[in-house]
Amino acid sequence: MSFIECKNLSHIYNQGQSNEHIAVENVNLKIEAGEFVAILGTNGSGKSTLAKHFNGLLLPSSGRCLVNGMDTTEEDKMWDIRRQIGMVFQNPDNQIIAAIVEDDVGFGPENIGMEPHEIRRNVTSALRMVDMEEYRNFSPHHLSGGQKQRVAIAGALAMNSKCLVLDEPTAMLDPRGRHEVIDTVNMLNKEKGITIIYITHFMEEAALADRILVMDRGHMIAAGTPREIFQDIGAMKKRGLAVPMAAELAYRLKQKGVKITESVINTKDLVKVLCPSN
Amino acid sequence: MSIELKNVSYTYMAKTPFEHLALNDISLTIPEGKITAIAGHTGSGKSTLIQHFNGLLKPDSGVVLVDGTDIGSKNNEAKMARRKVGIAFQYPEHQLFEETIAQDIAFGPKNMGCGPEETDSRVKYAMDFVNLDYNKYADRSPFHLSGGQKRRAAIAGILALKPKYLVLDEPTAGLDPKGRESLMGRILKLHKEEGTTIVLISHNMDDIAQYADNVIILSKGKVLIQASPEEAFSRVDAIHQAGLELPEIKEILNELAAKGLPIENNAYTMEKAVSEILSVLGRQGKC
Amino acid sequence: MLTDITLGQYFPGESPLHQMDARVKIVLLFFYIIAVFLFDNNINYALMTGFALSLIILSRLPMGMVLKSVKPLWWIILFSFLMHIFSTPGESLVKVWILDITGEGILKGFIISLRLVLLILISSLLMFTTSPLKLTDALESLMSPLKRVGFPAHELAMMMTIAMRFIPTLLEETDKIIKAQQSRGSDIGDGNFIQRTKGMLPVLVPLFISAFRRADELSIAMEARCYRGGEDRTRMKQQRVHDIDYVATGIFIGFICLLVGIQVIYT
Repeated sequence: MSFIECKNLSHIYNQGQSNEHIAVENVNLKIEAGEFVAILGTNGSGKSTLAKHFNGLLLPSSGRCLVNGMDTTEEDKMWDIRRQIGMVFQNPDNQIIAAIVEDDVGFGPENIGMEPHEIRRNVTSALRMVDMEEYRNFSPHHLSGGQKQRVAIAGALAMNSKCLVLDEPTAMLDPRGRHEVIDTVNMLNKEKGITIIYITHFMEEAALADRILVMDRGHMIAAGTPREIFQDIGAMKKRGLAVPMAAELAYRLKQKGVKITESVINTKDLVKVLCPSN
Repeated sequence: MSIELKNVSYTYMAKTPFEHLALNDISLTIPEGKITAIAGHTGSGKSTLIQHFNGLLKPDSGVVLVDGTDIGSKNNEAKMARRKVGIAFQYPEHQLFEETIAQDIAFGPKNMGCGPEETDSRVKYAMDFVNLDYNKYADRSPFHLSGGQKRRAAIAGILALKPKYLVLDEPTAGLDPKGRESLMGRILKLHKEEGTTIVLISHNMDDIAQYADNVIILSKGKVLIQASPEEAFSRVDAIHQAGLELPEIKEILNELAAKGLPIENNAYTMEKAVSEILSVLGRQGKC
Repeated sequence: MLTDITLGQYFPGESPLHQMDARVKIVLLFFYIIAVFLFDNNINYALMTGFALSLIILSRLPMGMVLKSVKPLWWIILFSFLMHIFSTPGESLVKVWILDITGEGILKGFIISLRLVLLILISSLLMFTTSPLKLTDALESLMSPLKRVGFPAHELAMMMTIAMRFIPTLLEETDKIIKAQQSRGSDIGDGNFIQRTKGMLPVLVPLFISAFRRADELSIAMEARCYRGGEDRTRMKQQRVHDIDYVATGIFIGFICLLVGIQVIYT
């Protein structure tokens, strides 16, 4: 059984009204426990809508979404599902509830009725995991964007979430903040075995994933390893997306007649191709 | 002619526990007719800095000169000088408020005292420049636009002021690759056709590498680098010290050079990188 | 700058005032305010002022900053001072137009102002030394007997938590919006009343739209974090009354007895 499974999932906003809008149509996907999956797509391609199904914030208009075998439409499973799947949103300011960091991290555990001593232990270990322990008594207002996003991640970890769904968590951050977030996410996946579903516009971030899903106008039009997805530069551009710089460079060199037969998606590949003495 | 800052300092919340020296004795020049990029990570003082360009903030010490006029003065000349600088802030949501896009863009010209005809023509001009079709969008609500379109509408609201210096704060943040490219294309067009001086606030070093003539890098309220892109990107340590990164393409070239590809390595854009590698491979007879 | 306002901010610390249970602090504050309005004896005023100042010292916060918390409300103080100066009958010192300034008036005006200042200082001190979450938890707990008659104590406390969290964010945002509109040549705050009100629209519309968007996103984020109202919720920080609270309450009762004594002796 897959950790998350969507079967013919569609989502229609304002169904039956004049401004009806099909955001997601007939999506089938499986995500295994421990995987790091990136979702790419232009603005309005339906990736955020899709992501909100994974913890039942949105329910399918048709089709099903199963988490650990539980259907998100079953009301009595809702809180169990949300506890297992933590979410981090784009705007760091609009997801922090309390005026002190540790109080905010404790918000989720309090909601699910955890024992006080257990909450304290989880809050401490969650803050430690995202390397924010020294800021536990800070006001979120005085943190940088990257720090706020790490606090949001800690908020999910403190609930013992097994999976994080991150919806463009780095879109509003500077390079340092972006690094903090992606490094934290990567570490949680590799070292703690947390399943990661990562929506992004940054191809270099997506390249770190085990698997990439590409959304276009509500449809899932491609799925594969970064190597498979970034191979087809023409197709990516046609979808309004890009590829990592190294792939683009290799592609342009090939067009100018340089013989590159191997696939290139990162600098390491490029070094192998262009500096064969190594 | 230029925007010139001389020894500008600015402190937030002076005399409280949160006192913070945001700008520390900054001197810099934004030359006319060029694209100048200002980079720095959050808290480096770049938003405080740009608010000095049109007098939104007044320096605690030092002067800001626009085309030689001290904009801190109270006279009419200073007011006119302040108007030469248009700032498009990062979040379009902070400025869109009217019922229709056309009305919203007309807000600035009206405040400047333009008559109805002049205002109309400026609205059309501005919408044309950001590629929002007047016939299609003029009467629509700005709140129903997509993220990228909102940003264009907000920039149009500044363009309608016909600024000589256009300051853009993170214009491409949050846009997808296609949106980024098309917006930067419009800005470049404005620069080429109208000769508008562009000040680009960004931490996207690839954008900076591609578009800027000058690079200013801020760190902790001070100017760390003020140089051509080529020189700026050669100072790797300083850039890392500022919490920034080299353009991705430069990183790749550095890595290739380190692994033995004999490139000259002064390219920092995709085009130059391609030609540099081709010339090396050509010499090696590989293609 | 709007963001310069310190009202309603928490300054973390380890002072005895920080360590006290928030419920005890609120109750004692309540009685202190009653005392300020009940006792009208000069010695008592001096004692109560001294008490407030000692608390500020005890909090280990910069005295100037705590005193500055009076600033946003200074015009109310000034207004009530002037009201009393002119409206209290007594021996006339100076005559301004048809109004008499009397010695009694100055004294009364001074005392009323002092009461207001003490009230603001001591309430600010509660805000400065109590984390917002503890404060709202304490209020919820103090109001919880009212839950039985259907009073939404938890919801109110949650609203306050969120309000406190977002006050600095919204102030900062207001500042940014004003700057964005000023950059388009808008003159905020100029002209007559109607012009000024109209001039506020370019600020208020984006502010409201943004606040609604934030509220919307926040509610989704809260839902994602399993929030479902006050039932079955636990608390990380349980409210416990410690020794320090008993000591503080003891000292406070002693102080009130002293005030009562002086009041009785001198009247």
